[in-house]
Amino acid sequence: MNTINTQSNVAPESHSDSQVTASGVSAPAVISSTQLMYWSVRRELLENRSIYIAPLAVAAVFLVGFMVSLVHFPQKMRGAFALDAMQRHELVEQPYHFASLLIMGAYLFVAVFYCLDALYGERRDRSILFWKSLPVSDLMTVLSKASIPILVLPIVTFAITLATQWIMLFMSSVVLMGGGVSPATLWSQLPWFQMSLMLFYHLLAIHGLYYAPIYCWMLLVSSWARRAPFLWASLPLLVISIVEKVTLNTWHFANLLNSLVSDAAGAGDITAPGGVMMHPLTLQTVGRYLASPGLWIGLAISAAFLAAAVRIRRNQGPI
Amino acid sequence: MTCIEARGLRKAYGTNIALDGVNLRVEEGRILGLIGPNGAGKTTALNAIIGLTPYEGQLKVLGRNPWTERDQLMRDVCFISDVAVLPRWIRVAQALDYVAGVHPRFDRAKAEGFLAKTTIGRDRKVRELSKGMVAQLHLALVMAIDARLLVLDEPTLGLDILYRKQFYDSLLNDYFDRNRTIVVTTHQVEEIQNVLTDVMFIDRGRIVFDCSMDELESRFLEVTVHPGQTNAARALKPMNERQALGRSIMIFDLKTNNLKSNEGDRQQVAALGDVRTPGIADLFVAVIGNHAQAQVQGAAH
Repeated sequence: MNTINTQSNVAPESHSDSQVTASGVSAPAVISSTQLMYWSVRRELLENRSIYIAPLAVAAVFLVGFMVSLVHFPQKMRGAFALDAMQRHELVEQPYHFASLLIMGAYLFVAVFYCLDALYGERRDRSILFWKSLPVSDLMTVLSKASIPILVLPIVTFAITLATQWIMLFMSSVVLMGGGVSPATLWSQLPWFQMSLMLFYHLLAIHGLYYAPIYCWMLLVSSWARRAPFLWASLPLLVISIVEKVTLNTWHFANLLNSLVSDAAGAGDITAPGGVMMHPLTLQTVGRYLASPGLWIGLAISAAFLAAAVRIRRNQGPI
Repeated sequence: MTCIEARGLRKAYGTNIALDGVNLRVEEGRILGLIGPNGAGKTTALNAIIGLTPYEGQLKVLGRNPWTERDQLMRDVCFISDVAVLPRWIRVAQALDYVAGVHPRFDRAKAEGFLAKTTIGRDRKVRELSKGMVAQLHLALVMAIDARLLVLDEPTLGLDILYRKQFYDSLLNDYFDRNRTIVVTTHQVEEIQNVLTDVMFIDRGRIVFDCSMDELESRFLEVTVHPGQTNAARALKPMNERQALGRSIMIFDLKTNNLKSNEGDRQQVAALGDVRTPGIADLFVAVIGNHAQAQVQGAAH
């Protein structure tokens, strides 16, 4: 006579079932954390389509520009043999780095806006009441949101950049062949594997993990601010810097923030500001990165910010 | 089996006391209406039950502490905490996918079945739906979850009467059975009178009235007193008197006053005029009015 028993159904993926005993006590049906995480991240991608649309749009615009610039390309390539290595490098490789740099810019832009809205938007549109009515913990929610700028965006950016570069190579080759020049020079000039590997490393190690405290700070602010999360995230940092300057006449705090962004280079970054690789990716570079205290201090701070965001979200309702 | 048990539940927002020592016990298989004026603490009480707000005192929902175990509790508890809290960007199919992905007791086929009775298209976004359709969608999602407790806080606010009626009809016909428990608050008290099995009145953070509907029917009488009988009726100490169309309407509580044996009183009161069971709304006004009066007198002494 127990209808709960017969109707108990579960998502096809999980084979857990709930057994309701005569006393009405049920063994909890469980969905694995992995599945919860998967659906939470997927939810974020459904809500924030800018995560992939923004980099795609930048890539598309860039490709159009690149196509126009190809008009004189065969001519230039014909003269490439007369150039020295540095100039040839500039001619051939530079556009590819420029493409990755632009798409990376879209990544950072999207990451900032995503983080500031992630835990603020759900309160503003009251949907937090719906999310909280489902068996997903605050920890899981906050972690899934943090994974977007730290993991998902680097991977998305990498995939889009790689695809863009392939299209560039394809277009250049076609144009070269049309102009009667063999594309072999172009192909041989591009350290393809090295370039992709470095891009991936750079995105994940620097833009993902090394910048994690920045994203997590913004997530924390968005979990707490009742309005204008952007102001709350940026103004206090500015105010602290200025107060320090006025009272102590020092710039320690500002330097700390600055080093967070720029010391990435010292901690195993391999690209100069122009996106030109300085030296190839080696185990040494990776080792230096992993051994840098900045990374680990940053990750510890990130964890603290996220823990605070989890606690705050637990208390929050719609605003 | 006890579904919700609260002892000395307290919650204060600054100096404003929202819950002032609430004791309450809801058995499994009941449909409880929690009725109270604005700011009485209804929503606070419900939010404590579903783990949205911390509290002082003891509270167990299905044997769990809702504040520390919200995510586990939500496998067995569903709530609609307000109308229109579904995210506006989500598509109907996406909402079904997502809930199926995260909820172990969600039956997608069942939800599709409920939706098939509506005009809601799968590829529509929530922002494109009318308020009534959003409520239908939310109810379809919730009813497809095999939960043991459903908490509804003003689930039909702002909906027209057709949707409201439909809402409670489907809840009763397609969802409720003796193993589930429903707790509902609403301002449209009359509409849920026939739905409820129990009713509680809450005022200023306290439960001031707690009664099953069966008891309510046998215990309270509303009499439209014949013109000549007014004084005789007042002598029996009605708990409340109001005027309508030139006649006095009085509510009697057969358990209190100097009315002793039930059946005799019933006849005694019935002789005074036309008798019926009072509506919850009128009873509410009577109880809360007396409660307020008692407090004023208490303060004067």
